[in-house]
Amino acid sequence: MASLADLFSSGTLSQFLVGLSRTTILFIVSSGLTLILGVLRIPNLAHGSLYMIGAFLAYSVIHFLGDGTAAFWAALVIAPLVVAALGFLLERGFFSYLYEREHLMLLLLTFSFTLIIGDLVKLVWGAEYRSVTVPRVFQGSAEVFGLPLPYYNLFLLLIGPFIAVFLWLVVNKTKMGKIARAAAVDSEMVSAVGINVGWVFAFTFVLGCFLAGLGGALIAPMVNITLGMDHSLIMEAFLIVIMGGLGNIWGALLGSLIFGLTQSLGILVWPQFGIVFPYLAVVAVLVVRPKGLLRSTW
Amino acid sequence: MLEVDGIHTYYGQSHILFEVSLSLEKGEIVGLLGRNGAGKTTTMKSICGMLHPRKGRLVFEGEEVTGEKPYQLVRRGICYVPDDRRVFADLTVDDNLDIVYRRTGEWSRDRVYEVFPPLKEIPGRRAGFLSGGEKAMLAVGRALMSGPKLLLLDEPTEGLAPLIVRSLEEQILRLKDAGISILLSEQNLKSSLALIDRAYIIDNGRICYRGTVKELENNEEIRKMHLML
Ligand SMILES: Nc1ncnc2c1ncn2[C@@H]1O[C@H](COP(=O)(O)OP(=O)(O)OP(=O)(O)O)[C@@H](O)[C@H]1O
Ligand SMILES: [Mg+2]
Repeated sequence: MASLADLFSSGTLSQFLVGLSRTTILFIVSSGLTLILGVLRIPNLAHGSLYMIGAFLAYSVIHFLGDGTAAFWAALVIAPLVVAALGFLLERGFFSYLYEREHLMLLLLTFSFTLIIGDLVKLVWGAEYRSVTVPRVFQGSAEVFGLPLPYYNLFLLLIGPFIAVFLWLVVNKTKMGKIARAAAVDSEMVSAVGINVGWVFAFTFVLGCFLAGLGGALIAPMVNITLGMDHSLIMEAFLIVIMGGLGNIWGALLGSLIFGLTQSLGILVWPQFGIVFPYLAVVAVLVVRPKGLLRSTW
Repeated sequence: MLEVDGIHTYYGQSHILFEVSLSLEKGEIVGLLGRNGAGKTTTMKSICGMLHPRKGRLVFEGEEVTGEKPYQLVRRGICYVPDDRRVFADLTVDDNLDIVYRRTGEWSRDRVYEVFPPLKEIPGRRAGFLSGGEKAMLAVGRALMSGPKLLLLDEPTEGLAPLIVRSLEEQILRLKDAGISILLSEQNLKSSLALIDRAYIIDNGRICYRGTVKELENNEEIRKMHLML
């Protein structure tokens, strides 16, 4: 194990910040998952698949537009929008008929979607991995507390709070957000004051899918884009959502921070087993608060 | 304006309403009286679309509306105020009123606050933290925002202090004067006496009596048999 002095040496600390920037991705994806879980009550395993599609789409858009920085920005807009459109089709085509069904059945349905989407992705993009280079504006490193931090990670660290504020505004300040909050608790009564709850559900689902797609597009320059990248992420996202309190966006934020922090700290302290720490954190949280850290809408 | 024609309603396998028929004219306040568990709430939920009768018809303003969803019926002008209020606890008083679908421009937040002045003092309070009386007012106020022609008020004064009951009853009479028809459920005759013109008595899921308030007052036998005292 590393000593405390090593812990705060410059190299490892910047490694820590790099790890933390992944928290942004976790937050973006799991906030979408928790929105859908809270308002529509769908435990959507296919959320990870939509994230994967977001990454592959970002790859395609960037290559189609010739790899430049502009192509990257375009991908960041187009990929989530296409994933959102896909979400709209899924919601209107399947889920809107199934809200009354048991959660287990919905879980199985979304599991079947992960398999179908996995095959479709293989059909469209092939089985070999793809990669995207970090856009030119983000090449190089910034100095943070005298430590080098790649610009792209800095960008991710900054975009997290931005998304959190955006979601806060949507949920608390827009009429649609207020209706969605009411529907999360009592959707029948929302219908009984004249609101077509179906459209509220569609909107929420689409927003959630947009976030999955955005997470996928943002991670694209940092990892190999492969089949299977959905599996590990959906696991983590579900744990984060459970840890934070089902349906609670701020719970997702808190859960992502705990998950991301323990992961990057764990790798610092004990590199071989670093990956275990976030799972231990989940267990610890659930032992103390079985219903999650913040109030669940369930 | 409302015609309920021989409805049968079930919860799963259990048959709750049997051949319930009732009608209501514009501008009336009609009582739906019955004991604990008689089927008042079930009848109201069947009218507002939260429950769908397996048999029978609903006709509103000459059009058949059987099987429509709650939000569609609200848009026609039928609005239900549940006995347990079901205000949106996470939202503020203002937001509870704001999110309602507005059928007409007739009702606004300010007009609701005029009817229920105590709400005007606490527009930013979360509805979960309101007192019982405030919740009752907010539930009625929320329904008013939709511009209803027919209000289904399910035991609106249940569990409230006498003083608040009286002021709520006053406001309900004002709504009648504003041209809103009301179907009002209560467990006994006394609590609705000041409001209703005539009443139906429901027992064990069946309508077993219909008549004017005067007839009911004179018929002690019926009251003893089917109502709470
Ligand atoms: N969700 C439900 N599932 C099964 N049975 C129910 C359900 N809700 C009500 N019931 C039954 O239906 C019958 C009628 O209930 P309802 O709530 O309509 O009575 P009520 O007249 O409104 O009574 P109260 O004065 O207590 O509100 C009762 O026997 C009750 O046990
Ligand atoms: Mg009742």
